[in-house]
Amino acid sequence: MRKPIAAMGSGGESVAPERSPQPLLPLQAAGVTLDIAGQRLVDDVSFTLQPGSRTVVMGPNGAGKSLLLRLLHGLLEPSAGQIRWGGVPVNPDVRRRQALVFQRPVLLRRSVAANIDFVLRLRGTEGRQQRDEILERVGLLERMRQPARLLSGGEQQRLALARALATRPEVLLLDEPTASLDPASVQTIETIVTAAHAEGIHIIFVTHDIGQARRLGDEVVFLHGGRLCEQAPARDFFNRPASQAAQAYLDGRIVL
Amino acid sequence: MQDFAESIRVAFHLVVSADADLLEIIGLSLRVSLSALVVACLIGLPLGALLAIRRFPGRGVALVVVNSLMGLPPVVVGLIAYLSLSRAGPLGWLELLYTPTAMIIAQTVLVAPIVAALSRQLLEDLHKEYAEQFRSLCVPQRTAIAALIWDGRYSLLTVALAGFGRAIAEVGAVIIVGGNIDHLTRVMTTAIALETSKGDLPLALALGMVLLVIALVVNALVMALRTTAERYAYA
Ligand SMILES: Nc1ncnc2c1ncn2[C@@H]1O[C@H](COP(=O)(O)OP(=O)(O)O)[C@@H](O)[C@H]1O
Ligand SMILES: [Mg+2]
Repeated sequence: MRKPIAAMGSGGESVAPERSPQPLLPLQAAGVTLDIAGQRLVDDVSFTLQPGSRTVVMGPNGAGKSLLLRLLHGLLEPSAGQIRWGGVPVNPDVRRRQALVFQRPVLLRRSVAANIDFVLRLRGTEGRQQRDEILERVGLLERMRQPARLLSGGEQQRLALARALATRPEVLLLDEPTASLDPASVQTIETIVTAAHAEGIHIIFVTHDIGQARRLGDEVVFLHGGRLCEQAPARDFFNRPASQAAQAYLDGRIVL
Repeated sequence: MQDFAESIRVAFHLVVSADADLLEIIGLSLRVSLSALVVACLIGLPLGALLAIRRFPGRGVALVVVNSLMGLPPVVVGLIAYLSLSRAGPLGWLELLYTPTAMIIAQTVLVAPIVAALSRQLLEDLHKEYAEQFRSLCVPQRTAIAALIWDGRYSLLTVALAGFGRAIAEVGAVIIVGGNIDHLTRVMTTAIALETSKGDLPLALALGMVLLVIALVVNALVMALRTTAERYAYA
């Protein structure tokens, strides 16, 4: 049984209200800009994401995909512009209902099982059964006693994904989770993400792998040089990209 | 003056026969230094965690102070503790001077900065690694600190051992506040100093051997902890 969110972790950043009367989607980004040390890294990005679709964020290396994801998740403050989830500016209560899988997973220096237990306890939903279910889902049940940091890269990323799902997020943000992983792990991760989407979790998936974007994306947001070049349904984007940058990227003329 | 080889022979005999005086001195040494270590950890660990994680005005100054205190000469600590505990001092009413408690206090002052400074460094490094993930998960600060201490436990244990090594081996502080009184405040280091100056080498040598063994054991433990932690990628 799931406890109300208000019951978890005392002394947190603030106490959340009862679970989500207000849905997180649509997401509205308006004129989002990020300057660091006088450099404009994200430049006037505006878009709206509707509930239900899997959004793939694409763009060459250094386009600002990771920064945008951190901005959306509230780990970075925009220098200008607004981000609203269901009309609410991003705050800890909003962030708690989302999960971000980082490009390089940060796992606790504990066993595989303890990594999951940590977030289950955090959300007040601990229990061996929940944990085993989650580990089973990512194929790590047999490895649960192993130190998390001794897992292979693919296993570590699957554990990070399992941990994200253990928080029962409404939105799952993934930052190139399969970059430089073995094909089996890539497939496992894609399958889990697809299943999560089928359960109603909104997916925002950063990738620079065109094949993967075709497999997973309902909608594409394309960034280049910190700017939003285009937002389009996946089929339209791959068939006739509207922007020159996207065209060049799909043709392989922008080097990653 | 006995002949050197003879002194060593007698010293060995003292150790092997578990001489009562010798055991008493070793026992007091361990009691004083371990007590000081426990108190120093109770003070130093939370302080280190606080300095590692919180950003507040004056943090830079606090870091410099703690780091400098780490290198305090034991005699200076002894002197300050002496002045505080002597009859005219602010804590004179406690009448603790020349008691084991006074020695524990002095060694605590000596060891707490070591624990604080080393654990601060360690926890801060770990915190840097975890911070963004923890923010993403909205981990409350208390939970975060507990997680850092738990995940850093092997390294923190080596910090504690370093503190213990410093306490058990120092002579300057305990001799000033303890006074090296036979059967009351005589510990290994003060006894070695006294017996050597009296020319009673066997007891001094026997204590020296024990001290050496303790140092070896402490270092072996540190290495074992490191290896274990590395093997399991917990450090
Ligand atoms: N903290 C930072 N300070 C300065 N520059 C940064 C910082 N983080 C990222 N950048 C720069 O911003 C640009 C976009 O970064 P990022 O969002 O990580 O790109 P990507 O699309 O590959 O994920 C890059 O050129 C990167 O060097
Ligand atoms: Mg990136």
